[in-house]
Amino acid sequence: MPILGEQLVGQEGQRYWRSLDELADRPEFREYVEREFPEHASEMSDPISRRKFLFLMAASLSFAGFVACRRPVHEILPAAATNVEYVPGVPMYYATVVTRGGYAQGLLVRSNDGRPTKVEGNPLHPASLGATDVYAQASILELYDPDRSQVVKKGGSVSSWKDFVAFALPHFAALKSKSGAGLRVLSEKVSSPTLAMMRKRLLEEMPQAKWVEYEPINLDNMLEGTKIAFGQPLHVHCAYDRADVVVSLGSDFLCTGYGSVANLKAYSKRRRVEPGREIDLNRLYVVESNFSITGAKADHRLRLRSGEIASFASALAGEVFNLAGGDEFKPLVERLGKAGNFGKWVQAVAKDLVAHKGKSVVVVGEAQPAAVHALACVINRALGNEGATVRYTAAFNEQFVRMTQALAELAKEIDQGLVDTLLILGGNPVYNAPVELDFATKLKKVPTSIRLGLYEDETTEVSKWHINEAHYLEAWGDARSYDGTASIQQPLIEPLYGGKSAIEVVSVVLGAEKGGYDLVKSYWQSRFGADSEKLWKKSLSDGVIGGTAFAEVRPGTLQVAAVSEAIGAASRSGLGELELNFIPCASVWDGRYSNNGWLQELPDPMTKLTWGNALLVSVATARAKGLESGDIVKVSAGGRTIEAAVWIQPGHADGSATIALGYGRNKVGRIGRGVGHNGYLLRTAENFYTAGSISITKTGQKLAMASTQEHHSMEGRPVVREATVTEYVKNPKLIEQMEEVPPLKSAYRNPLMNGEYQWGMAIDLNSCVGCNACVVACQAENNVPIVGKQQVLRSREMHWIRVDRYYVGDENDPRAVHQPINCQQCENAPCEPVCPVAATVHSPEGLNDMAYNRCIGTRYCANNCPYKVRRFNFLNYHKDLSEVEKLAFNPEVTVRARGVMEKCTYCIQRIQAARVQAKSEDRRRIRDGEIRTACQQVCPADAIVFGDLADPASQVSRLKAEPRNYVMLAELNIKPRTSYLARLRNPNPELG
Amino acid sequence: MSTVSEQMTRPRLVLGEQTYHTITEAISKIVEEKTPREWYIAFGITGGMTVMLGAMLAYLVMTGIGVWGNNIPVGWAWDITNFVFWIGIGHAGTLISAILYLFRQKWRTSINRAAEAMTLFAVACAGIYPLFHVGRVWVAWWLFPLPYSQGMWPNFRSPLLWDVFAVSTYGTVSLLFWYVGLIPDLATLRDRAKSKIKKFLYGVFSLGWRGSVRHWRHYEIAYLLLAGLSTPLVLSVHSVVSFDFAVSILPGWHTTIFPPYFVAGAIFSGFAMVMTLMLLARWAYKLENFVTRVHLDNMCKIMLATGTIVGYAYATEFFIAWYSANKYEQFTFMNRAFGPYAWAYWIMISCNVISPQIFWFKKMRENVVVMFIVSIFINIGMWFERFVIIVTSLHRDFLPSSWSYFKATYVDICTFIGSFGLFLTLFLLFTRFLPIIAIAEVKGVLAHELHQHGHGAAGSHGGKH
Repeated sequence: MPILGEQLVGQEGQRYWRSLDELADRPEFREYVEREFPEHASEMSDPISRRKFLFLMAASLSFAGFVACRRPVHEILPAAATNVEYVPGVPMYYATVVTRGGYAQGLLVRSNDGRPTKVEGNPLHPASLGATDVYAQASILELYDPDRSQVVKKGGSVSSWKDFVAFALPHFAALKSKSGAGLRVLSEKVSSPTLAMMRKRLLEEMPQAKWVEYEPINLDNMLEGTKIAFGQPLHVHCAYDRADVVVSLGSDFLCTGYGSVANLKAYSKRRRVEPGREIDLNRLYVVESNFSITGAKADHRLRLRSGEIASFASALAGEVFNLAGGDEFKPLVERLGKAGNFGKWVQAVAKDLVAHKGKSVVVVGEAQPAAVHALACVINRALGNEGATVRYTAAFNEQFVRMTQALAELAKEIDQGLVDTLLILGGNPVYNAPVELDFATKLKKVPTSIRLGLYEDETTEVSKWHINEAHYLEAWGDARSYDGTASIQQPLIEPLYGGKSAIEVVSVVLGAEKGGYDLVKSYWQSRFGADSEKLWKKSLSDGVIGGTAFAEVRPGTLQVAAVSEAIGAASRSGLGELELNFIPCASVWDGRYSNNGWLQELPDPMTKLTWGNALLVSVATARAKGLESGDIVKVSAGGRTIEAAVWIQPGHADGSATIALGYGRNKVGRIGRGVGHNGYLLRTAENFYTAGSISITKTGQKLAMASTQEHHSMEGRPVVREATVTEYVKNPKLIEQMEEVPPLKSAYRNPLMNGEYQWGMAIDLNSCVGCNACVVACQAENNVPIVGKQQVLRSREMHWIRVDRYYVGDENDPRAVHQPINCQQCENAPCEPVCPVAATVHSPEGLNDMAYNRCIGTRYCANNCPYKVRRFNFLNYHKDLSEVEKLAFNPEVTVRARGVMEKCTYCIQRIQAARVQAKSEDRRRIRDGEIRTACQQVCPADAIVFGDLADPASQVSRLKAEPRNYVMLAELNIKPRTSYLARLRNPNPELG
Repeated sequence: MSTVSEQMTRPRLVLGEQTYHTITEAISKIVEEKTPREWYIAFGITGGMTVMLGAMLAYLVMTGIGVWGNNIPVGWAWDITNFVFWIGIGHAGTLISAILYLFRQKWRTSINRAAEAMTLFAVACAGIYPLFHVGRVWVAWWLFPLPYSQGMWPNFRSPLLWDVFAVSTYGTVSLLFWYVGLIPDLATLRDRAKSKIKKFLYGVFSLGWRGSVRHWRHYEIAYLLLAGLSTPLVLSVHSVVSFDFAVSILPGWHTTIFPPYFVAGAIFSGFAMVMTLMLLARWAYKLENFVTRVHLDNMCKIMLATGTIVGYAYATEFFIAWYSANKYEQFTFMNRAFGPYAWAYWIMISCNVISPQIFWFKKMRENVVVMFIVSIFINIGMWFERFVIIVTSLHRDFLPSSWSYFKATYVDICTFIGSFGLFLTLFLLFTRFLPIIAIAEVKGVLAHELHQHGHGAAGSHGGKH
């Protein structure tokens, strides 16, 4: 029966048939069915009948639950002291690490029934100390990004890992026989010990192959600077917790700098004021071009063009050497001369530094030339800081080559036809390599290009093979933190899209396909030696591998001559009228996170811009050029031109402009495509961080820019309260007296607050720097939706906690202050009486609770909220979520419907979890510090403290007893439970 | 019986050679004649606008409040502005029917029917907004104290709940009042009706009115009682509406002047709308004999008085803001006059305070065109008053970081235009099917006037009684 044969082809699985005729599905049979069973005829022939539909629906529903069942096959161990046995519904925490730019941050990741849902910092990890940055917080969303690369592609069409392996094994075997001639590997900065070992093996087996590392934001200047000063590339470690005076030369070490979380932890310790203890604040001087949040925290800030910071450094060094003495610096002093006019700055700062010998730090930003870093090494030595507040450790790779230089060499080799196979492990060089290399064209010339990437992006487009990379929460690996401490990267979930990790790909290159688990474990077992199983388990559950931190390096003699020569070469001319700085974005970094909605919608800490970057210019520069915020201009540098929208940044250096990298991407997922302007198109290897002599011309067009804060002055209202240390010591009541408060009497009774606990929060503005980590942490914990640029333009962002930023003083050179604002949980909450359906009511423990199911959405509560912390679901912001994205939700928190008001609840789900825990443990009281709200937990500055006000010994009660404590709008008698601790400044009297 | 001075000063309220019959004829004619083409054209336009309203509301319910321009901090904008605007318009109706009735102001008779109708239609339009401005309109019924499965009462402390009661009471009483007043006239139309259907329908709604003395007696008592019931409503409804704002803690809202200020404003805007509509109806249906210059003059005087009260209220707000020494309050008012919404504020001042001052001049109170233009100005100005109160107070409140700007969307605008469509459509239907002037009451005035003007007048007017 030929027809029957045809019908069988193309059918999957078993098909049951009643007769040969039915099997063949002949028209005669259909007719027969129609005659015989007219009522059910359609069911027999129609592929989707009602019954079949119901059958399929039932099956889909019952299988739907399995979506969540992607537990890793290999054994991973829960952190610390949790119950090893899994209890359904009870979240488990696993230690792992996330890596950015080659530096790891330790995490504890919460898993709800097999789904990672929230990232927390790992207190044992030196780069986390229990907190995280915004990037790590938002990585959960990246895991569930439906736009991530999902398949292996060959020449643009769908292939498979199996096909790739089948291709790669013989291909690389052939290369091996040629000892690797023509093979190049281009990777991100390698910090994984396993990968480093594999790289070593690869280069041993294929000596003619080369391995190039590239990161668009890197520490090459620092490594080169230390090499100039000490003859070896070193990592610089500053102990901000021990430094009384910190001078930052263009370093944003509190936010976008590498290691900022640990820096902030240490720095904030020296901004803490405790009652009964002498006030011992550090003093921070910042010299910078763009207004960074480190600059906002400064006690004194000097705005200076980036290109002129080198001369400031020289002047400062000269003055320090003069004051500190020491013959070994003499040749330098002569060389430095007197450059630039910086007013009283140089003398005052140098004096302060010298007065705090051994207790000060001079730190240099990654964008400053190597010579400035080298000079800082000299200054720190002259001040006796070396070994005290400044320490050095070995770089990951002792062979120092500038990344841009290595990449340029690779490009040259491609041009010369020397490269036959290029393996790109992560990164996105087509988008972010120096523009003059024209990497896309280069890559097209390579006969075999293999690219491992998380997204199908600009680099994918011109690569022959694309392998979908596994997310860090899906794959085994390991990584070192800035100080060398290694950690195992444990996956919490099987790869959602079957992605592969770099080590798995390299194992294929080395001739044997191996799983990540085996690769990592075998490497570490060989390192551990005896007792390896125990150490392995401990490493997994701790999240750090003991004893792997690099030993401190005591660099020998200073290469004074080399430094002096470098400084000579670095004194830069050709800055022209305008310079342009390239900085990493505080939200999307170098562009790698540009498809992350949480980060795109995260307001920039200073500009408060969401969904895009801007060309930042100072007030005076804008005035001189006739520019307004939102004007689209043509920016030209070195013969290349881009268009970008201007944003006026008060406090920016004049004659300077800044653009954040990471935007203007044309090949990325749906979120990041076309957002902002691509600064890489002006960025060359030579002008990697600063381009001189740029020109700006107006196009006459305007761009609507979505800023979450439209007004930048406090209008004389005591919203953020500040005082200098001297003022505060003289009159500690000063803070309270900043607003006249009438006697707060009321004819009405407070809501009954007779609960056992009385929750409250204190936010220390002295520690807070406004880094936004709390905003993203809250978004992740509380299922806060992303609304998109158009909605932000309409002031409808949904963040439950926002960080307000105000400028104080002269618009050209203001100071800036930050203030996180969440629901203040007023005891006399104005939102409560006005709700007609009692959807927001008071709890006996003093919380202003929301009953989302009851809310009908009159918005009256939001109108009556003096802090405007209530957020309304104007549209159905969860409408277009895919099934995968829904996995990111925290199951403990309701996902709010359209038309419903929402707001901060002090993480009531965490309060309840602690209550359950306490009850199950002999009905004990909840301990102080047992509950940590999401914003508190993530805060690298420990600025947010939550706890029980009914317990006078609790940390929050003690903070609230401080004279610095105040509540906003006290005179309204609404009695907010969130209070603020005023910010104290520690200015140098000489600078006034 | 009237005094000499009354005879000398009171101008006549019904002009022309009128008898009871001619009055019946003149007013019933409007309903009974063939529908004029112009009516169809007008109805087509307003009907179209009403359909647009329906479409906008459907879009709103399907998509969310986000189709409007509302945001955080401006949680209420055109929605509540329109609500207060329409509720305010309704006020003149109740005032004319109830308070002027109790004060025996006979000039009310020519305009009370239309004004009452206007009240009802305005309340219908107003009702749309609080209903549809909620995020989840499908559970808006939770606003009513109903025993149901959630086992929860609404929050009786919330002014929004008071609104629900105030507006629904107001709507109900206004409807009853209007309907009771209509009964004798419906009977007149029933008696004159030629088609069976009309006879039947007017018959049903006239509740078997036969004009017997007993009927008149009951009718008069009922009317008086309803007038008594409605009188406090005139004051209470808008006072309650003003509580929506006054009870809050927002500078610019939190003020004790609001209840009287809102009531005066409501009467002001209501009279302006009555003026607009009556001038149009008078012109279209040639009602100069019934809506005379006396009526118009009185209305102008009321607008002048209430407009000035409103102006006084604006000044008081500024004074109190200064006198209170409350910096938030002071900022709010400076921001109103000189902030980003200064344009709205000055439109309000020009329309509400300055434009009615023209009515100090008698000439202007006699000029129909001026009256019409000023009445339109006042309608505009009173809309802006609510916009200014709501939006400018919200957009810049306590913390400068949350300040923002509100921009209306096309849906905001089309919904508002659509509500005018509904209002005018209902009014057109009213002019088509019901007597737009209270026949029975005008006859009462006529009887009075005939009596007053003695035999000379009786000679020429004394036709059929």
